[in-house]
Amino acid sequence: MIKSSAVGGLVLGLVFFAAVLLVQPIGVSTQFVIFDGILWDAVDPDAVVESADAKSGYASPNAYLNKSGGKYAKDVANPLNYGFVFVVAMLIGAAISAKLRGGVPTGERTMPAVWRANYGDNPWKRYLWTFIAGFIVLYGARLAGGCTSGHMMSGMIQTATSGYIFTIGAFLSGIPLAIYLFKKEA
Amino acid sequence: MTTIILALVIGAAFGFVLDRVGATNPGYIIGMLNLKNLHLMKTIVLAIGVASVLTFTGLLIGIIDPGHLSVKAAYIGVFVGGILLGVGFAISGYCPGTGLTAAATGRKDAMFFALGGLLGAAAYMGSYAWVETTGLLDKIMGGDSTLGTIAGTTYPALIEGVSGEWVGIVLGIALIVIASVLPARLIPAK
Repeated sequence: MIKSSAVGGLVLGLVFFAAVLLVQPIGVSTQFVIFDGILWDAVDPDAVVESADAKSGYASPNAYLNKSGGKYAKDVANPLNYGFVFVVAMLIGAAISAKLRGGVPTGERTMPAVWRANYGDNPWKRYLWTFIAGFIVLYGARLAGGCTSGHMMSGMIQTATSGYIFTIGAFLSGIPLAIYLFKKEA
Repeated sequence: MTTIILALVIGAAFGFVLDRVGATNPGYIIGMLNLKNLHLMKTIVLAIGVASVLTFTGLLIGIIDPGHLSVKAAYIGVFVGGILLGVGFAISGYCPGTGLTAAATGRKDAMFFALGGLLGAAAYMGSYAWVETTGLLDKIMGGDSTLGTIAGTTYPALIEGVSGEWVGIVLGIALIVIASVLPARLIPAK
């Protein structure tokens, strides 16, 4: 791991800059919807259909996939698009980095030490809560139209009003709740 | 094809760096939120500052296509969604990007986070038509606005007549300074 936040911040900043320079700002949470759409389309061929009337050329009976001229529907029908490939590559990059540093220690693989210090060693209790948290996080991110990368980082980098609104909301709940939940240190 | 190669290269670099800076470790995220270890906050604030200064300098000297910017709309749901995300962020120590990358590093709790996330995203897909009727998605503060006017874009300026590029550079420098003066922790050790 990069121990210095100065070096880490510089490198992370360069990646965000490179993304804007070469293509577009980084964002992740949309791809949860695209993946859901791909799964849905796999079991129900009517989930996304070609449509000459839609701006993107694709339509869906689901209002969300169908919005903005069916742009999400199009991405579901063509997973080999920038946003989706970006997230798949992100997983590969993280896996390589972890492999190179010898992997995540066994005890950490089920829960972080700070959770164990406050809530004990039961992995299923941790899994249940991270599952619930994942649900809340992605519902919130989609309602907001972006997440920590798209709104907080890419948004504030571009001085987007929405980025500041999102960041205030996220820290307004996140900071007091984390202080309340994790009183004991690892 | 070029786009796909760029997606592979930038995506892999992003995932690699997220892991290297400690963002795939929920312990660091919880430390940032409960103010007992600001390592990641210093990292993120610096990253935003650096990227902002470089982006707006690049726009000023003409090496960045203004069309590459992508400013999201502001509406009440952005704030409500931010609050919801903060709740799950604090409970788990994961956000969408760090949750997925943490799962890729072999963290099992992150895999459950990702599964919950897929269900949460599906729930939003299912409730979108209703959410639209609540007015939560109605644009506020100019919609896809930025603080100042950015040349070559049609984004409305929150503060009319101010150079968006220079606002971005000045704020970026301010964030770099904040990142360097933030202490290691704000809540003292017991």
